[in-house]
Amino acid sequence: MAEEMNEPEILFGIYCPPHPHPLLCPEANEGYGKLRSAYDACRKRIEESEADLILIYSTTWPSIVGHQIQALENPVWTHVDDDFHYLGSMPYDFKMDVDFANGYASAAEKRGLHSRTVAYDGFPIDTGSVVALQLLNPDNRIPACIVSSNMYANRAETIVLGKAARDVLAEQGKKAIVVVVASLSNRMFTEHIDEVDDRIHSQKDDDWNRKILEFFAAGRLEDLSQLSRDIHGQIRVSKVVAYKPAWWMAATMGQHNNYAGEVLAYEALHGSGGAVITLTPTDGSFGDKEFDEDDVEFYHGDRDVLDKGML
Amino acid sequence: MMSKGEIVLGCLAPHPPHLVYAENPPQNEAYSEGGWETLRWGYARLARKLKKIDYDVIVIFTPHWQTYIGTHFLGLPEFKSKSVDPIFPNLFRFNYDLKVDVDLAEKMREAADETGIITKMMTNPDFRVDYGTITSCHLLNPDWDKPIVTISSNRNTDYYSPEVMIEQASALGRACAKAIEESGKRVVLVSSHSLSHRHFVTESPLPEDMSLEHIYNHSQYVWDMKIIDLMRQGKSREVIDIMPEYTEQTIAETEGGGLIWMMAAMGHPDYSAEIYGYQSVIGTGNLIASWDPNDETREYVL
Repeated sequence: MAEEMNEPEILFGIYCPPHPHPLLCPEANEGYGKLRSAYDACRKRIEESEADLILIYSTTWPSIVGHQIQALENPVWTHVDDDFHYLGSMPYDFKMDVDFANGYASAAEKRGLHSRTVAYDGFPIDTGSVVALQLLNPDNRIPACIVSSNMYANRAETIVLGKAARDVLAEQGKKAIVVVVASLSNRMFTEHIDEVDDRIHSQKDDDWNRKILEFFAAGRLEDLSQLSRDIHGQIRVSKVVAYKPAWWMAATMGQHNNYAGEVLAYEALHGSGGAVITLTPTDGSFGDKEFDEDDVEFYHGDRDVLDKGML
Repeated sequence: MMSKGEIVLGCLAPHPPHLVYAENPPQNEAYSEGGWETLRWGYARLARKLKKIDYDVIVIFTPHWQTYIGTHFLGLPEFKSKSVDPIFPNLFRFNYDLKVDVDLAEKMREAADETGIITKMMTNPDFRVDYGTITSCHLLNPDWDKPIVTISSNRNTDYYSPEVMIEQASALGRACAKAIEESGKRVVLVSSHSLSHRHFVTESPLPEDMSLEHIYNHSQYVWDMKIIDLMRQGKSREVIDIMPEYTEQTIAETEGGGLIWMMAAMGHPDYSAEIYGYQSVIGTGNLIASWDPNDETREYVL
């Protein structure tokens, strides 16, 4: 069916947190262990799927010069997190889908985005991507692709980036699992804690997280995309201009609310909200959706409104 | 009895990797045809001044080691690896081999801890030193013949506000100054960052094509010039006072706290900064400057 409509075949999506605790110290807190179990459940589903590709959008890989896409076939390094270096090192040895990376960069360019592949020995793959790939695809059974999160990009650019992913998935006929690596609330404690005492930073963050999880559980991904700006204002530390992962995930997975959502775990990670969620396309669920903002097909860049003036 | 340690120079040393790329040092894998000479020649001039100064260690505050849980210090005596810039990997793939003054790092961490600042020593041997540290240190001391101490940037501006950053980074600066004094060492402080920090999001096919390099917008330039003028006048306190508005208006890399930290450590100098050069790099505003507490060696450079 998907082939007839020239639509990409996305088997399911995963939303998971970037923090290294489930990888490095799952035993340190019951919640970390639950997150680890949720990752393990996702890993098993991936193994049982017929996926050709794991496509990752990581909020802990910021870019400036356009949208960078990892294209080194076999990146090998030992990564250490800037904050959580004391938890240990993260050696990795990944397998990337270079054809897809090149295709994705081209598809992004065709939609008006600036994009480039990176293929350098020793390139610092970010904590979130390392954690996700180590836990979801430990044996490199399925090749992966990682795309950065441009720190200046806002809604239009991010949605177009998602649509470009669909273009190349359809063009190459690859069945994909879409992974977004992001926290829910991202405010961490600013002091070191005993992991046993970890909890969500505030009641307000927890309330918002649980509301977001209701949407995920109901498969309402497009609605979450429409709520991105509110989420950013309420529970995101303003490190970047916007909360973008829901935009990219929704655009990549088809901009609708027809998913079977499953929240496998929701726990605190040094105060931030970490959830492992799956979204599987379905015919049911919430069909209704409301677009509050333009649906963007092509990125036109800066609109030069200052140059145009009022007349 | 050990003599008191002192800060012998404070440097504002921006770290666009483009500058190392343009120099073509043997440690960097990428090759360039040059570029950004105003900054590179300014760095060379300041490096020559440093060669004439008697000092033991460089202490550098970098916004590219971003920590959200307190302030961290490099805590092992040696680091050897390759630093690949995550933003500009086409320009910067630098093989480094550097020494750390762990004793001084420990003392600064302890002094900061005593004032209530959250701290952590970084003792994981696999840790990769950030490219801000490497770029600024390489351009100030290409021989790498002095040990360093790297201090992370605790992201108070993101988590709280620019005003909280001023309080925290100032307290850290005062604590580091106390530790330096007690150490008996002669120390060069380095605040590694740009001024205005809005980047172009595209890159020309030849990154060093200087016909395409310019400040991102005129507002950034005017603000940068305002800051530089205050520095020339020796009004470092005023620079810090307007930092929240400046940082907000220009997305300045001062948000990381480096300049605030250094000015506090140096007691907010009321003498003129030495200006070595200002130039844009991929749209950002970059100033090389130093503060020389010695009246006899302080220069009027530019």
